[in-house]
Amino acid sequence: MSPSNGPTVNRRSMLSGTAVAAAFAPLAAKAQPTPAAPPPPDPRRSVPVSLTINGRNHSLSLDNRTTLLDTLRTHLGLTGSKKGCDHGQCGACSVLIDGKPALACLTLAVMVRGPVTTVEGLAQPDGTLHPMQQAFIDQDAFQCGYCTPGQIVSAVACVQSGHAKDAATIREYMSGNLCRCAAYPHIVAAIEQARPLMQKMEG
Amino acid sequence: MRPFVYTRAEDVRGAVHGAASIGKTPPTAAPAQFIAGGTQMLDLMKLDTLQPEVLIDINGVPGHSAIEVTAQGLRLGAFVRMADLAAHSEVQKQYPVIAETMSMAASAQLRQMATLAGNMLQRTRCQYFRDPSWASCNKRAPGTGCAALEGVNRKHAVLGVGDKCIAEYGGDFGQALVALGAEIETARDGGGRKIPFEQLHTGPDDPHRETVLLPGELITAITVPSGPWTRRSTYVKVRDRESYAYGLATAAVALDQRNGVVSEARIGLGAVSYKPFRPHAAETFLRGKRLDQATATAAARIAFHGATTRPDNQYKVDLGQRTLVRALMQASVMEI
Repeated sequence: MSPSNGPTVNRRSMLSGTAVAAAFAPLAAKAQPTPAAPPPPDPRRSVPVSLTINGRNHSLSLDNRTTLLDTLRTHLGLTGSKKGCDHGQCGACSVLIDGKPALACLTLAVMVRGPVTTVEGLAQPDGTLHPMQQAFIDQDAFQCGYCTPGQIVSAVACVQSGHAKDAATIREYMSGNLCRCAAYPHIVAAIEQARPLMQKMEG
Repeated sequence: MRPFVYTRAEDVRGAVHGAASIGKTPPTAAPAQFIAGGTQMLDLMKLDTLQPEVLIDINGVPGHSAIEVTAQGLRLGAFVRMADLAAHSEVQKQYPVIAETMSMAASAQLRQMATLAGNMLQRTRCQYFRDPSWASCNKRAPGTGCAALEGVNRKHAVLGVGDKCIAEYGGDFGQALVALGAEIETARDGGGRKIPFEQLHTGPDDPHRETVLLPGELITAITVPSGPWTRRSTYVKVRDRESYAYGLATAAVALDQRNGVVSEARIGLGAVSYKPFRPHAAETFLRGKRLDQATATAAARIAFHGATTRPDNQYKVDLGQRTLVRALMQASVMEI
């Protein structure tokens, strides 16, 4: 509001809050017939979140700071995805969103739009393991097993995205999944074992 | 992580309007932040390095995710995911340096999540910036000093640094963009603009402000002009491990070469520099010269003229020059 079209306000009344309110209230009411703006949203209030995990729909009410990883593990009881570093550096939390690899620890649940597949969603409903899961067992591709769910999910994406041509491309594609036990040679062998079986499944 | 208000933008207009009405400070510290891939935003929010009050999710904004290769050049939507650009066969053929900076960056998961615009705006990996328990960081808290000057500075920059900040630019894509003379397009309340990529990042005198972007300004596209040099281009990234690591010294080069003589050379350096660094004098030196080990070494020496080192990063001058020489020699013998 420019001074020219407002009421005359002297310095004394400007310094008095009530005077300013009194002087401006009728004008403000005339200029803005709509009610006062709603209070700013409370960032701590829970927000509704809808997720499709391994083919099942879930409706949740979450603090919007909740990562997808914490949602899976503490709200849905899906503890297969692991929390290693919680900063996107280790790959233990790898899941598929829309069929593509993603880090659940650097994804807010409230941001997820596509269907999510976790390691729990790879096996058949009758319990038959996914060829990649079976290959990890056959090739002894783990020791402590903590990174394994993330390794298996990334390995599935590795084959599906055509990055399992040879050992070198597998190693490059899988470099975001760290294994502190250094089972790397066996992980590569597992992916090479599962690759033709997965291609047959898809073909 | 501190509480924040989460909103979804339906279109670019809504996104920039939402951000502009809240922001006042430089975009690096603005209370409203755009979030797309989120790979860096959430990492830094968990560290309490960034404390946005509002996150504007732009993943639902339609468009701005196409890769177009035309006779005029390359046009990239800002929301293109890194993995999609890395895998694009025409880009691999006509702009190999761009595809290589993409495939050598981060990990498969991060490349699938992160956008091109987010990638080019990525913050430094300087540990004194990332960890707020260090009191001194002019980039995070203006006027507090720089702990890296006398601290562990093995990974810090030697080119384009100042006495307020020696943080290195950790990205890869930026080196290709600065070498190829790319331009970015932005949207903002009241109209967008075009900015030469070389002018996007600002210098170390005001480390808190990293770019010329204004609060609420959103990058929507990147354009790269075509040229006879784009096919003969490559990226060399030297790092502590072979994959999934930030560079210690990196060089993007593009050459137009006739019968072994350079008619045009384009160079972008990173990891050794405060921002994506284009050594124009080295490019000028190479023009009209036959490219061999001696001329490449001389050009590299020119590129690193004026380097300022600290006790732990003196090696970067030598390593950076050798990295550039290797990139030039590799580009020179490419079969195109």
